[in-house]
Amino acid sequence: MSQNRQVSALTGFKYRGGNPMWAWMLHRITGLGMVVFISLHILASFFMQQTGSQLATFINTLYESWVLQIFVVFFVVYHALNGLRIAILDLWPQFMVYQRQALWLQLFIFAPVYGLTVLILIQNALAGS
Amino acid sequence: MSSRTVQSGFNFEYFMWMFTRLSGVGLVAMAMIGLLGALVLGASTQVNLPTLMRWTFFPNPNHVQSSVPDVALGWANGFWQIMQILIVFFGATHGFNGLRAVVEDFEGKSEWKPLLRGLIFLLWIFVLMMALYIILAPEAQV
Repeated sequence: MSQNRQVSALTGFKYRGGNPMWAWMLHRITGLGMVVFISLHILASFFMQQTGSQLATFINTLYESWVLQIFVVFFVVYHALNGLRIAILDLWPQFMVYQRQALWLQLFIFAPVYGLTVLILIQNALAGS
Repeated sequence: MSSRTVQSGFNFEYFMWMFTRLSGVGLVAMAMIGLLGALVLGASTQVNLPTLMRWTFFPNPNHVQSSVPDVALGWANGFWQIMQILIVFFGATHGFNGLRAVVEDFEGKSEWKPLLRGLIFLLWIFVLMMALYIILAPEAQV
């Protein structure tokens, strides 16, 4: 790891890696998001369960709001599907020639799964359940 | 740009690289078992989507305040407790190893590396212990 990665953000965004680069970036962002989200959730659940802390209960109530859930579902579903694509391509490298098609296949699976979930979440929110 | 030296045989980075892929696939499989279990236990008619999602990833009666008694009772047994422990262990290890990978990518060559590694290791152990306590505590106090 002796490569120099100290480039400005602007140069970073000008890097023309195309779709695989954005998939990689989103994979990292969603992964880090889940580490923060789930760690905080475990902490809050612990204190809610053991001490009945007001702050912990507030955090867990926040997690139940449908607006946050739209983001959480995106993070989880995207990370899971993209992770499956990475695992398949890494463990069976002979499929690597189809890596661009794999990204499209991933999008075609992601769109209906995520779209339907968001639709139901918004429907429930509007119905006030 | 200089070439990287590749160690042959067993090494930590390769092991974690493989672990990340296998545990990722395993987590998706375990989430599917949780989702199917929830539907079999009656979630399709008795809970809403957000609750179903929470059952999927963490099937614990302490975790979801459900007004449906048989759903809550259906989860409170050894099988689902073992499932939760597996999900938490693989999930936390996968997640904190990912955090380590991102942090070490950003820091490059740095004398802080052992310290940051140790910090992430402690966080990992801490979150694991908290989650185990939540799973095995007899019942919620609120």
